[in-house]
Amino acid sequence: MTSPHQHHEHHEDVPVAARVRRLEERLIAAGLTTDDEIDDLLTRFYADASPVNGARIVARAWTDEQFRDRLLADGSAAAAELGFGPQTSDYQLRVVANTADRHNVIVCTLCSCYPLSLLGPSPSWYRSLAYRSRTVREPRAVLAEFGLNLPAATGIDVWDSTSEIRYLVVPVRPAGTDGLDQDELAALVTRNGMIGTAAV
Amino acid sequence: MTDGVRFPLGSRVRARTIDPDHHTRLPRYLRGHTGEVVAAAAPEPLPDDVARGRAEPRVETVYAVRFHGSELWGSDPASSHTVIADLWECYLEEAR
Repeated sequence: MTSPHQHHEHHEDVPVAARVRRLEERLIAAGLTTDDEIDDLLTRFYADASPVNGARIVARAWTDEQFRDRLLADGSAAAAELGFGPQTSDYQLRVVANTADRHNVIVCTLCSCYPLSLLGPSPSWYRSLAYRSRTVREPRAVLAEFGLNLPAATGIDVWDSTSEIRYLVVPVRPAGTDGLDQDELAALVTRNGMIGTAAV
Repeated sequence: MTDGVRFPLGSRVRARTIDPDHHTRLPRYLRGHTGEVVAAAAPEPLPDDVARGRAEPRVETVYAVRFHGSELWGSDPASSHTVIADLWECYLEEAR
C-alpha cells in the first residue's frame, strides 16, 4: 500500500516513514481509521498545499499597502481574503516582513511546525536537527550556508514556532520589478524566501 | 480560564526554570532566560495538559516573547540576533 506522501520522502526520512507506518497500522488495527481514509485525506490535503499559495499572498502584499498592513496585523484574516481560509483553518497565521535592515527566519526547534498548506511539504533540512538547533544559535552562519550573506548591519529575528501559530515571511520586493503584475511577481517568490533562508 | 492578558506588551518576563517529566512546549534553551512580550495571541489549550489527556486542559494566552541572542548564548558576535518564541502564560513569570 502506498500513500501520496511517500513521493516526497528522502533517504534520511526512511526511519521516520517506518515509524509513521507502524502508527498507521496500530490506528487501523484499533478500528480508528483505514488505509483508504488516510490516502484520501492526504490526497486532498496535498492537492491544495503548495508554495504557490504563499507566493500569491506575498505578491499581493508587495502591490497593496493596505493589504500588507492587514496581513501583518492578522495573517489568518488577510489570507482568508484571498480565499485561503480553508488552508489556515487549523492554525493561526502570523506574517512577518523583511525590511532593508531586518531579516526574519522561521524555525521549529521542538519538532517541525510549518505552514504546510501555504508552502507545500516541508523540506527535509527544515526538519533536520542541525537546522533546528543552529538557527536559534547562529542564524547568520546558517543563512550564509544557504547562500544568503546578509550585510553585518542587517539584524536577524528568528521565530521559533513553539505554539499553534504558523509563520510566513514576506521577503523584500526585488528592485527592478515595478512593471510586473501580480502573477509575474508571485513567480519570483520561492519557498525558501518565505521561510527566510533565501532573499526572495 | 485566565482573565485576559496578564503580561501586557513590553512586559519583561522570565521563562520559568522547570523540568517537567511530561510533554511541554517550553524549549529547554529558553528556560531561566528573560525577554520582552512583543505580541499576545488568542488563548490555546495548554499542550502539557492535552498531552496528559486531561479532560479540561487549561486554556491560556500565548505570548510572543523576544529574547536577545546575547541573553541566550553570551555576548559573542554570533549572538547579535533575537529569538522570538510563542509561550503559554504559565511558562512565564514576571521579571524585575
